[in-house]
Amino acid sequence: MTTMFAMTGSAFAPIDQYYLLQARQMQALSLAVHIPLVCFGIAFPAMVLFAEWRYLKTGDPLFRTLAKRWSNVMLSLFAVGVVTGTILSFELGLLWPGFMAAFGSVFGLGFALEGFSFFVEAIFIAIYVYGWDRLPPRRHFLTGIPVSIAGVTGSLFVISVNGWMNHPGGFVLQNGTAIDANPWSALFGNSYFWHQFVHMYFAGYIVAGFLVAVPYAWGFLRGRWGRYERTALTIALSAAAIAAPLQIVIGDWAAREVAKAQPVKLAAMEGLERTTAGAPMHLLGWYDGQQVVYGVEIPRLLSMLAFHDPNATVQGLETVPPTDRPPVNIVRLSFQTMVGIGTLLALLGLVFLYVHFRRRRLPASRWFYRAVVLAGPLSVVALIAGWVTTEVGRQPWVVYGFMRTSEAVTGARGIPIGYGTLVAVYLGLAGAGTWLLRRLASVPIELPSAATPSTRELTPSRPQEGSRAR
Amino acid sequence: MLADVPIVFILIGLTAYTILAGADFGAGFWTLFSGGGRTNSAVTRDHTRHAMGPVWEANHVWLIFVLVICWTAYPVAFGSIMSTLSVPLFVAAVGIILRGASYALRGQLDAAPQRRSIENIFALSSIFTPFALGTVVGAIASDRVPVGNARGDLVASWLSLTSVLIGALAIATSSYLAAVYLAADARRLGERMLEFDFRARALRAAVLAGALALAGLVVVRYDAPPLFAGLRSGGGLAMVGLSATAGLLTLGLVWRSRFGAARVSAALAIAAIVAGWAVAQQPRFLAGLTIGQAAADRSTLIAVVISVALGAIALVPSLILLFSLFLGGYLDSGGGMRAPVLVVSNAGVTKQPRSLGAFALACLLVGVALTVLADSGWAHALGITSLYAFAVSAFVLAAMVDQ
Repeated sequence: MTTMFAMTGSAFAPIDQYYLLQARQMQALSLAVHIPLVCFGIAFPAMVLFAEWRYLKTGDPLFRTLAKRWSNVMLSLFAVGVVTGTILSFELGLLWPGFMAAFGSVFGLGFALEGFSFFVEAIFIAIYVYGWDRLPPRRHFLTGIPVSIAGVTGSLFVISVNGWMNHPGGFVLQNGTAIDANPWSALFGNSYFWHQFVHMYFAGYIVAGFLVAVPYAWGFLRGRWGRYERTALTIALSAAAIAAPLQIVIGDWAAREVAKAQPVKLAAMEGLERTTAGAPMHLLGWYDGQQVVYGVEIPRLLSMLAFHDPNATVQGLETVPPTDRPPVNIVRLSFQTMVGIGTLLALLGLVFLYVHFRRRRLPASRWFYRAVVLAGPLSVVALIAGWVTTEVGRQPWVVYGFMRTSEAVTGARGIPIGYGTLVAVYLGLAGAGTWLLRRLASVPIELPSAATPSTRELTPSRPQEGSRAR
Repeated sequence: MLADVPIVFILIGLTAYTILAGADFGAGFWTLFSGGGRTNSAVTRDHTRHAMGPVWEANHVWLIFVLVICWTAYPVAFGSIMSTLSVPLFVAAVGIILRGASYALRGQLDAAPQRRSIENIFALSSIFTPFALGTVVGAIASDRVPVGNARGDLVASWLSLTSVLIGALAIATSSYLAAVYLAADARRLGERMLEFDFRARALRAAVLAGALALAGLVVVRYDAPPLFAGLRSGGGLAMVGLSATAGLLTLGLVWRSRFGAARVSAALAIAAIVAGWAVAQQPRFLAGLTIGQAAADRSTLIAVVISVALGAIALVPSLILLFSLFLGGYLDSGGGMRAPVLVVSNAGVTKQPRSLGAFALACLLVGVALTVLADSGWAHALGITSLYAFAVSAFVLAAMVDQ
């Protein structure tokens, strides 16, 4: 087998692909569309189950209405996530066959395990959402638990592959192809992936929490502010507000891990040309190919962040040839965007928690709710900026230090056609999604009367189904 | 020997996908051809849409399963197939996006005037996706995918007569399966007219699928002689015979309105086609590449077998639960069934444990200290666990505050 592998390695010899950049952009677009949906996979089931758990504890039908309405949104987001995720698996082969052929045997297992998570998620989300009116309440609650677990394990397995791409191991390279693959140690014996996973896990709660809060904050500004809206906003914002400040602690850990394993990525995040003891950091500014200009310099901050030591030596970009460096300004700008937005979100979270715990009420200022409406989309920007930092920061490598992205790309023609088609399709989806949200926002919430703690179905949250002709 | 195990997984996945997701594709086909029956076409379209609701996502995952097993266990073959057949695979990918998105969108609309055009997008993408995937199978089966990065012809590889015929067969079998399943679902719901309509559609689609399968044999004989040789002897021939028998049996069962049994025999007829193809083509995977040569290292193959075995432990009971609830009508929409009543012993009483706040604070301090100040992996693991415990307890405290 191994000899055949070595032989076929040459069939996947590097190909001069004129549209490499377009292929990367196409992959990036598909990831940017999918990743916000992953956040909902991680965090939303837990929020829905919390609401249902409150219903089981109190018998208050308001919680049931909330959980049921949220679960319908959850199913729709899952459905879109199913297809956008499928596109990603197709693109791994369509755009990067060289990568798959050379290393599929090493990292593919992560996706196989993810596939099973995905199966469990798809099965139980259907039982949960379609079973609201048929299953006994407590059993119904239990069917939601696999959904929340599978959403987390699925992302764990995918990120184990990304962690491996950043910090590869568990194979021997021969003629451009991996041999002696040991997938278990490659994926799960890799110390480098845990910070990525935890960072993404908390990001899931920040993004899903703030986004779910947006319509209720909007409702507050428009004068829709009943008990239903207040309860929904409290649950969603509690999740985001606790996760956002914690993310700063996790991010600090992540920065130190990057400094250890991917020093060039760290240098690109700051634009540090020369290896420096007591390296500073610049806020904003622009890397002109030599240094950061027009930025606000904060002395020794980079050394402090990377090694918790103001005098530590930080490796500069000069330590590798120019062809081995990532595009510095993209990485820098993304990193600063993520940190900047993340800090603002953490502050907003702390304001919420302070008012909530000290005064036992929700903030009253309209400015707070305007900030929440902005925080939703900004959290998505921070999420994508963070992924751009780590993915573009890995360039020019697809497998850090082993395979260049240019060696992985397909030899097929027509990448711009595919890219253009995908852009058109996703623009159409975005248009349809916006239209749908505007429609849904105008559907009134029919609340059950709080006096009857029964589970009588009072909210046809899928009104179209009741009108079915019999 | 070990090298053949993952291909068996792939074939099982492919069979499940063809039967289960195939029926969902077929539901899209009948959305487009919903007229001409005794029931009006809007009701027919609603029936097809509701019937696949709870299961289509799970059915779709079989495709992901096939892809991931292929790229893990046979990476070179995967890279060769995906690069040479990038055109039909991209078309299928776009079809999958349009289909899933339009289905999700349609589910959120009741009587919006745009619903018909959204249904049409769903229907058309349900037709060209299985066609595109069928042409991929045709290209592999007729040895048109060489080993290497896009080494085959980007158009001719999948636009052969074999490919086109298998693509058409994929549409026909999908709509045939769907009609059988939809007739069975209509009977469960007590919809006599719908049942009658889908019985008639199943009979027509069965005849069409049978005719295409026969035509396929003729085409393969001239266009893909090695495959034909495999189908004409031994296990290949047995599978062709089995498929034909099961197909005829299904026809009889549908004729006599025995839809439950017809579900099974229709699935068997299609499973036999997939199995027959595999038997006829082995040990070749691609042109100039056997399954043994394509297989990854032993440790990877063992890892694949272990993870599929572990996955099956979780998956099989879950699938059985899903389909027994689904076929038992527990996941049907509407219908006016009353939800079971919840009995709450201590309704309205909310306890706010004071100690939870102290616990959360302690976790926060320990977590931050260990994550920020320590450097060893164990300290970080403990720190993150503490932060997680803080997050959960703080969330419960915060979200329980009644507004």
